Amino acid sequence: MTETQSAPVREAPERAVAAIELSGVEKSYVSHGETVAAVRGVDLRIAEGEFFSLLGPSGCGKTTTMRMIAGFEDPTAGAVYLHGSDVTGVPANKRDVNMVFQSYALFPHMNVFENVAFGLRRKGVPKDEIRSRVGAMLGVVDLAGREKRRPAELSGGQQQRVALARALVNRPRALLLDEPLGALDLKLRQLMQVELKRIQREVGITFVYVTHDQSEALTMSDRIAVMNDGVIEQLGTPREIYERPATRFVAGFIGTSNLLGGEVAGAGERAVLAGGPDERIEVPLRDGAAVAVGERLELTVRPEKIGIGLDRPDEGLCRVRGTVTEVVYLGTSTNYNVTTAAGADVVVFLQNATSADDIAVRGDDVWLSWDPRHSYAIHPDA
Amino acid sequence: MTTLTKPETAAPRAPKRRRRISGLRLYTLVLIGWLILPIAIMILFGFNDTHGKQNFRWEGFTLRWYVHLFDKSDLTTAVVNSLTIALLSTLITTVLGTFAGLALGRYRFRGRGATNIVLFMAISCPEIVMGASLLSMFVTFNLPRGYLTILVAHVMFSIAFVAVTVRARVVGLDPSIEEAAQDLGAGPWARFRLVTLPTIMPGVVSGALLAFVLSIDDFVISNFTSGATVTFPLWIYGSTRTGTPPQVNVMGTLIFAVGVVIAIISARRNARAVR
Repeated sequence: MTETQSAPVREAPERAVAAIELSGVEKSYVSHGETVAAVRGVDLRIAEGEFFSLLGPSGCGKTTTMRMIAGFEDPTAGAVYLHGSDVTGVPANKRDVNMVFQSYALFPHMNVFENVAFGLRRKGVPKDEIRSRVGAMLGVVDLAGREKRRPAELSGGQQQRVALARALVNRPRALLLDEPLGALDLKLRQLMQVELKRIQREVGITFVYVTHDQSEALTMSDRIAVMNDGVIEQLGTPREIYERPATRFVAGFIGTSNLLGGEVAGAGERAVLAGGPDERIEVPLRDGAAVAVGERLELTVRPEKIGIGLDRPDEGLCRVRGTVTEVVYLGTSTNYNVTTAAGADVVVFLQNATSADDIAVRGDDVWLSWDPRHSYAIHPDA
Repeated sequence: MTTLTKPETAAPRAPKRRRRISGLRLYTLVLIGWLILPIAIMILFGFNDTHGKQNFRWEGFTLRWYVHLFDKSDLTTAVVNSLTIALLSTLITTVLGTFAGLALGRYRFRGRGATNIVLFMAISCPEIVMGASLLSMFVTFNLPRGYLTILVAHVMFSIAFVAVTVRARVVGLDPSIEEAAQDLGAGPWARFRLVTLPTIMPGVVSGALLAFVLSIDDFVISNFTSGATVTFPLWIYGSTRTGTPPQVNVMGTLIFAVGVVIAIISARRNARAVR
């Protein structure tokens, strides 16, 4: 009774119906008599046509989450909705989503055409329509003319595109991709990232992309959910995730991040941390966050936001003293590793736009400076 | 300098390499000869124009035995028994063994380890022991020995070979292939028929061929479990006391020929599947 009453309430959202919605989804396994939680309460709304990434280290629950959307795993608790209807407990072959597997999972005994036509044949689509739809889809993934090839006769990148075509030809409500570029070499991977984005724009289908590669997620996604230990640490656009990491984990996992800590010496709109003589470390307190004087606070600054110089920086900038421990020349940029007077290790990326020589060499005492707006306070409990 | 040293290093190397190749060639020829000679003699003596009871001395060429192949009706019965038992046991064994191999290769379940050990025991158990114990078992259960007990025994000892061959194939397969089929709308039966079975087919076929070969030339276990029923190997064994007729060589030649054809087809198919 309560079930039937509560279901319509959940199905009536304030906004447009989400393509995929997870509500309080949990998944635990029993292994060797012990219960292991893989996913510990995930709430998600993925909009129609969105390129959405689940990003996290291996074992964070991202693949389990995707497999629950696909229907290969049933959640221990919570519900999965596809376009507003509850599909919890519906098996994968009866769900209107398709998946691209990490290993591609092409049928080795079938040629390219038969592989791509498999889903349509299962649905009983007329032969003529199958031929035209498969042909068109092979055109989209740039494999026209290779219908008769066996998967073993194709390169890794081509197999990848067959797997993509085999899923997309069914016009699913959403396409799930499980680390699909993991087996390709770097060049091909970068090529396929652009290619995937193009295909997604072309077919207009919701993509859910699972990856542990942060640059991949940043490149392609409209939004990213960063997962760790079975929960979503942060959900936002690539820019939000990168520029404003909400937790220490996100700051460390996405890109290179510098963590600075200290006692709060003054609080107001901005918290001022106690530092060495003439140093100034400030962080704006956003979203109504409050700290008290004497509390310990940590903040992050991205390496490319920090400037480095031998002279004292201008007033109004955050400034910290340090000693250069390493200089790495990378062509387009130079990385400086600096140990601050307080003992924190800070990385600075400097574009080699004008400078012909390095600003500092190993052993130099330098000033680090950045705009206080680029300081982000980390949740103390994270 | 270079023109001087070059012929010096090249000259001693050439005969060395040639000698190694000829050694390898000799070894290969001896090995092939060793394997083929008994078969060649069997085929040859199927054409022997012998007039005595024994077929040991070459007395000239004839096609007589091919014409009078079915003259010895008890021999014909024995061959028919052997063929039908081999076909039936292969059929039963392949179905049961394939499912066993699939389960062992794909799933972890209670008793999996025990099943693997039992399979290994069935393969490694000496035939004479297995034959003797089967006989005691049939006698204990008071089952009349005959066609049926031979069939049961053959299924019993060849099932492990099929299961092991299929298991090896299943273990090497990507399990997400079946998930992909499910994802694309295939139910359990369609998944098995369209994806699982075709991908493990090379293993199933090798297992079936093995089962057939094991059954058709089995003597030891059949001897214990046959009762009054006679199979081809049992008939030949019995005939050695009075003289083995050349029809036996002809039957052997024909069975061998069919085996060779099947082996070639199977090898070609596997080569294509690998490519």
